[in-house]
Amino acid sequence: MTYELASLLYLVASICFILALKGLSHPESSRRGNYLGMAGMTIAILTTLAMPGVGNEWLILLGIVIGGTIGTLVALRIKMTALPQLVAAFHSLVGLAAVFVAVAAFYNPSAYGIGVPGNIKVASLIEMAVGLAIGAITFTGSIIAFAKLQGLVSGKPVVFPMQHWLNLGLGIALIVLSAWMVVETSSTAMWLIAIIAFALGILLIIPIGGADMPVVISMLNSYSGWAACGIGFTLENPLLIITGALVGSSGAILSYIMCKGMNRSFFSVILGGFGGDSDAAAAAADEGDKTYRQGSADDAAFLMRNATSVIIVPGYGMAVAQAQHVLREMADLLKEEGVEVKYAIHPVAGRMPGHMNVLLAEAGVPYDEVFEMEEINREFSDSEVAFVIGANDVTNPAAKTDKASPIYGMPVLDVEKAQNVLFVKRSMSAGYAGVDNPLFYMDQTMMLLADAKKMCEDVVKALEA
Amino acid sequence: MSDLKGQIDALKSEVDSLSQRLGELSDQAQGLAASSGGVEAVSAAAAESGGSATIFGLTVLVLAVFVGYHVVWRVTPALHSPLMGVTNAISSVIIVGGLIAAGTEGATFSEIMGFIAVTLAAVNIFGGFIVTYRMLAMFKKKPKPAAKA
Repeated sequence: MTYELASLLYLVASICFILALKGLSHPESSRRGNYLGMAGMTIAILTTLAMPGVGNEWLILLGIVIGGTIGTLVALRIKMTALPQLVAAFHSLVGLAAVFVAVAAFYNPSAYGIGVPGNIKVASLIEMAVGLAIGAITFTGSIIAFAKLQGLVSGKPVVFPMQHWLNLGLGIALIVLSAWMVVETSSTAMWLIAIIAFALGILLIIPIGGADMPVVISMLNSYSGWAACGIGFTLENPLLIITGALVGSSGAILSYIMCKGMNRSFFSVILGGFGGDSDAAAAAADEGDKTYRQGSADDAAFLMRNATSVIIVPGYGMAVAQAQHVLREMADLLKEEGVEVKYAIHPVAGRMPGHMNVLLAEAGVPYDEVFEMEEINREFSDSEVAFVIGANDVTNPAAKTDKASPIYGMPVLDVEKAQNVLFVKRSMSAGYAGVDNPLFYMDQTMMLLADAKKMCEDVVKALEA
Repeated sequence: MSDLKGQIDALKSEVDSLSQRLGELSDQAQGLAASSGGVEAVSAAAAESGGSATIFGLTVLVLAVFVGYHVVWRVTPALHSPLMGVTNAISSVIIVGGLIAAGTEGATFSEIMGFIAVTLAAVNIFGGFIVTYRMLAMFKKKPKPAAKA
């Protein structure tokens, strides 16, 4: 195969990838998009294998079979609640693969036509250093994100004095080492870059708290794209550059959406330290004299059965309690009684962008009953019941009124506008952000203090009775 | 005597024509020199454009970022998780770099590096596309007989 033909086929693969993303504008076209993505990847791999000078087919096949088997088994077995961890783990692999490709290119540059060992084009060396560093940061950063999401380490932010200065110092060290690597074509410098970038990846993610994980996942998604992009520059391969840019911008946009959903600046998330228990104590202090109304499953069933419209507000707590299936059962029973049921999703509900939608879809909730915050917020005032399950901070009216609140300015669901608010919660403690929720003490609110799944089961029983 | 004069005249005209020819030749030589200078300039330009693969890459990058920006903003928020799944899968296109390294015989160390990269990226390709497939298969429309009876 000539290089011209290979370039042309790479272009076809790039177009497949663009169409794969474009397909995701609607659930119906999304499946075709996914197939196009697979087709693009197949074209890219086969084209590369058919290029002159690429041999070792059996070795390569072995690698693909081993990797493919592991990937397939993991993807088929993973529970949808564990999706965020899985994605974090996958990002780490892209990062590590980028590191290995950069190292391979350094030791055998002639394979890529960018020079001979010890005498590599300056531009390629710079790009190699960039790709290597981003890849290494993506690798360890994603490992830490994975460990936090999987609960292997505490989700609490790890902060220590001089943390940001240390990170800055390591960043400067990376630049100095890159200059050394470029000027001297030094392998020592290259390995040092890898080691320091590995350390930096860990240090960048440990101060970020569990509540900010949606941003972190999106950010690492973006990094993995830029790593591929950097390698694409090194190898002078437009396919890698295009794909890397698509993934990089996708992750960046998702990070932006997540930050906006929490009313936090990107930098405050990156710098971390949010979501600790420092202000939880302050919130607990003034809890004493407030009274709230507690209800039972029977009360909830009665209220909802006699309503004409119910809006369900699910949050991460629902996923933790695995309550989505019984919740859907409850909604089905209500629909049989002629109640209109809708779901309202906050942009940062769950542990990754769009996580709630996947969990509801898994439970069999049709996607046209699920609405985004902007679409449904005005409908709360017309509905009799808002059923909040496993969500807290995203319903807090203090975000709209109380300038002193740490979550002031965060866009929230206008749950308090509904005639009745049913709030399923395990206890009266504060949410992730450590902020008390005035919604609990409002006249129209009835607290259903129980495990989310247990409560839904009881409501289902009461509805069936 | 007149014969001799005639011969001298003939010689003179001969010399004239010769010098003229010489001038022409030197012109030609200069022209050649100029054109060969041109060749040098062209080959230098070619080397330059070969060296500016980075600029070419940058062009591709910027255009691709624009495409990515517009395509991703049109993705419905309900499908943001599958978006991450599919972008994760396609970012493994980095396998191309691994394939070339693993496929270039005679450089054991970088072959091993390439092999590892291929294996890691393959986990991602299969895992990413399959998990996205599973997610998308779950998104179903409301069944036709509407719930509101």
